[in-house]
Amino acid sequence: MGIQTWTFIIVGITFAIYIGIAIWSRASSTKEFYVAGGGVSPLANGLATAADWMSAASFLGMAGIIAFSGYDGSVYLMGWTGGYVLLALLLAPYLRKFGKFTVPDFIGDRYYSNVARTVAVIAALFVSFTYVAGQMRGVGVVFSRFLDVEVNTGVYIGMTVVLFYAFLGGMKGITYTQVAQYCVLIFAFMVPAIFISIMATGNPIPQLGFGSAGEDGVFLLDKLDGLMTELGFTAYTDGTKSTTDVFFITAALMLGTAGLPHVIIRFFTVPKVKDARKSAGYALLFIAILYTTAPAIAVFARTNLMETVEDTPYQEIPSWFTKWEDTGLIAWTDKNGDGKIQYLPGSAIDGKKPVFVQGKGDYGQRRISNASTTANELYVDRDITVLANPEIAGLPNWIIALVAAGGLAAALSTAAGLLLVISTSISHDLIKKQFAPDISDKKELLIARLAAVLAVMVAGYFGIHPPGFVASVVALAFGLAASSFFPAIVMGIFSKRMNREGAITGMIAGLAITTYYIARFKLGWIGDPETSTADDWWFGISPEGFGTVGMLVNFAIALVVSRFYSAPPESVQEIVENIRIPSGAGDAVDH
Amino acid sequence: MDAALRKKYWRENLKYLAILLVIWFLVSYGFGILLVDELNTIRLGGFKLGFWFAQQGSIYVFVILIFIYVRLMNKLDKKYKVNE
Repeated sequence: MGIQTWTFIIVGITFAIYIGIAIWSRASSTKEFYVAGGGVSPLANGLATAADWMSAASFLGMAGIIAFSGYDGSVYLMGWTGGYVLLALLLAPYLRKFGKFTVPDFIGDRYYSNVARTVAVIAALFVSFTYVAGQMRGVGVVFSRFLDVEVNTGVYIGMTVVLFYAFLGGMKGITYTQVAQYCVLIFAFMVPAIFISIMATGNPIPQLGFGSAGEDGVFLLDKLDGLMTELGFTAYTDGTKSTTDVFFITAALMLGTAGLPHVIIRFFTVPKVKDARKSAGYALLFIAILYTTAPAIAVFARTNLMETVEDTPYQEIPSWFTKWEDTGLIAWTDKNGDGKIQYLPGSAIDGKKPVFVQGKGDYGQRRISNASTTANELYVDRDITVLANPEIAGLPNWIIALVAAGGLAAALSTAAGLLLVISTSISHDLIKKQFAPDISDKKELLIARLAAVLAVMVAGYFGIHPPGFVASVVALAFGLAASSFFPAIVMGIFSKRMNREGAITGMIAGLAITTYYIARFKLGWIGDPETSTADDWWFGISPEGFGTVGMLVNFAIALVVSRFYSAPPESVQEIVENIRIPSGAGDAVDH
Repeated sequence: MDAALRKKYWRENLKYLAILLVIWFLVSYGFGILLVDELNTIRLGGFKLGFWFAQQGSIYVFVILIFIYVRLMNKLDKKYKVNE
């Protein structure tokens, strides 16, 4: 059977499973809709958190980013895992004990202020919308690549599936579909990785394989460093970013991870405080399986690429090369007219994507109109690192189809988690808490469902008409989460003295300075472009790493301002005392 | 649970947090970033040690740290009878 048929079969089966789970796990109360009834086992919650966390970008993109940035890629590996230690130790157990439904719930109650709640709701909505727009686009791209449909059609299909289980089951439906999605995505990621590792080094464990030697007895990493320095690249195991910048980016990603609402609310779904701690451990374990494999795939793929293509005549290139050339992920221009591929530092093209034109070159290659003047002749899209793996390893068609299902599982699970945060923010934090506190549970559930529909529509709209800045807004999402939620929650738990004045000014200051910095240096919306280059960065910190500074500003301002106002009322200090003691979490508090 | 006992429980909790977070900082920001060049002169099989910490070791330690924390806290909860 061909790849196409297999893809339809496997994707069809997985979708049927997701929808089946959605019907089985319908929510009948707001508590089930918001926190899955608070009865999810730590193991299931760990699996669901891992699927929620790992997006299409983690599944398809991360190995590629690392393959083409070497040591610098470590910021993502450490940044997107280390945050779970902060979550487990500083946030999850206490928020679970607090026992309500959302992050703005905590901020609003702990800081006894609807202003604080509103700031939190706005930040939660903003962070989640920026994040989900990219996910819906990701769903469309995966569909278009594997099933040969238009990207927009892919977005519509994805919207329908997510809508189905988000509408019916809320958090309950999402949790159990995410468990299934984790299984699909990790299997799809690991099988090709294991085969590639065996091919490259004879070791079936990729994590060990990329530290082993190939058939020639040379360690793989040494060989790759050698190949790269010889051609004028920086050695793979050395970085090009400054140490300061690596430090700040890693910190911003960790703090942002710990402050992302769609991750935090997952810990409201387990029965007890000790389950919250344990499920953070499981979540990181399941995430680590993929995150420690990705750098291995990166090394195998980069070495393979360098060895296969450099100075190879185009006519002798393996078939996977021309296949991916057909899809536009690879492009070659014979700049020096020798018929061989030169793969050197520098961009092979002007702009971000190759522009293909009619007709073929002398050797049958596709022609492009935007070749650059550098000596580098080869354009390679980073996504190819994971996509081309099964073919390079010569794996059967059904495994290639499985990778498609894995990519879709990753994109759908993350999108669903984010959509729940958006709908909960609207129905619970805005309507129930601010406008209509007296509505019945049944009515609130209906509003939550309608909010989910609305959120899917808006996310779908952004998926079809992606705002130009989508790629850069992920930096914004993490920066804002790091500079607003993380400090506000940590101080709410660890400082009894922190009052609403301190917390609110801290959050606003952190949000403002981070937004300003990213708007100026990343999006170019404010300030003179002449003075907004990398040389003008404050302390050499890139916009991606600035969330760390925003977090420090938030802490500093909050601590200073809080001293000028009276301590929180007795009842609030009691809340703090209470969340520090694990016993009595029982059920999530109804209200 | 009286106030003095609560305070003691919280102190012990904070002590655990401090120790675990120091290790958390050391393996990632220390070994993986600030000291990476020095550690790269040491080899672990085919890996340079600093590079290994940045792309593998730190993640393993993170996972272990959380499970150690779970164990420590479960014991502490039992000791102060605040377990469920």
